[in-house]
Amino acid sequence: MVTPAQVRARLAAVPDPEIPVLTVEDLGILRDVTVEGRHVTVTITPTYSGCPAMEEIGADLRAALPDFEVEVRTVLAPAWTTAWMTDAGRRKLEEYGIAPPRRTGSGPVAVTLSAAKVAALTCPQCGSRDTEELSRFASTACKSLWRCRSCREPFDHFKDH
Amino acid sequence: MTPVQAYTLRLGDDCLVLGQRLSEWAARAPTLEEDVALLNIALDLLGTARSLLGAVGDEDALAFLRAEPDWTNALLVELDNGDFGRTMARQLLVSAYQVPLWAALASSTDPVLAGVAGKAVKEATYHLDHASAWVVRLGDGTAESHARVQAGLDGVWPYAAELFETDPLVESLVQQGITAAPAVLLPVWQQTVERVLAEATLTVPESSWRPTGGRSGRHTEAFGYLLAEMQHLHRAHPGASW
Repeated sequence: MVTPAQVRARLAAVPDPEIPVLTVEDLGILRDVTVEGRHVTVTITPTYSGCPAMEEIGADLRAALPDFEVEVRTVLAPAWTTAWMTDAGRRKLEEYGIAPPRRTGSGPVAVTLSAAKVAALTCPQCGSRDTEELSRFASTACKSLWRCRSCREPFDHFKDH
Repeated sequence: MTPVQAYTLRLGDDCLVLGQRLSEWAARAPTLEEDVALLNIALDLLGTARSLLGAVGDEDALAFLRAEPDWTNALLVELDNGDFGRTMARQLLVSAYQVPLWAALASSTDPVLAGVAGKAVKEATYHLDHASAWVVRLGDGTAESHARVQAGLDGVWPYAAELFETDPLVESLVQQGITAAPAVLLPVWQQTVERVLAEATLTVPESSWRPTGGRSGRHTEAFGYLLAEMQHLHRAHPGASW
């Protein structure tokens, strides 16, 4: 007999298809799991409106529980924020070479124009603070592209959102 | 269709059509980073459109099977991209409108609009930031870039007025606390746009011509070509998948 806690644990361990070191729980998108007999309802909240990984995540959640009838519900409100990312998730991101979101503040930075600069990040490769933002948009909706001036390596930053 | 659905469709059409337009930049943007940026913005808009259209009916039928007079997007979002300066000028005008709109809708009494807007406001803030930075860079750049972004801005400017039009549908939804009055959004938009244009050393265009009609299905010539490209595959091969 599989307990509801085991059901939840199996779902929580499903990796993100774009950043496979993170699980859906690390990302903070797994909002609720209810188990009624063989019927499981999973509630997830998308990171970005157009995130193409959401459909694959839904399929992966269903595949994680082949013996159950899994219903995946997508709920938009309250809107996902990087504040929901777990400490384990932040640590894994950094080890993977992606600078994790900043802890302070929530949501994107207001219009900065040329006057203000975005606060520097720590390079996940060499630990230097001498870094610069190259582009606010990168390989996926949730990341921006940075460069380290010390070790010369480019790196991704999981945006504060 | 209920009044809220009709309004939801307008907002969804704005997002879908602009997302489709921006997608035309794929592999054509000035730099690789900009290619990625424009497509990310397009993807955000497409995602928002899917949530909004899905609240009105079948998203695929609405996107791929509606004829031109049934589309209710504003004319501004359907205009051709022109050069990069024109695309960024239009993005500034649209994003400066969407940020306060989504911010207001995040506390809408309609749960669908509130949910979609709560996500979209964060994304639109990135879009506004990006478009503002480019308009400043081009406007305050070389003589060539200044002239071209000014020309692009002049071309799209008259169409912005339609975003702030009101009609009985909007008025009734404002009264029910479902959306914000356009008259409340307009000064916020003006302040944002004028601040960016001032830093960009660009001239705020003056125009008494205010083309309109998008909300009632009367579109520009450019829109027919956009629809043909967007819809032909689905219409030629109904139900196709891969």
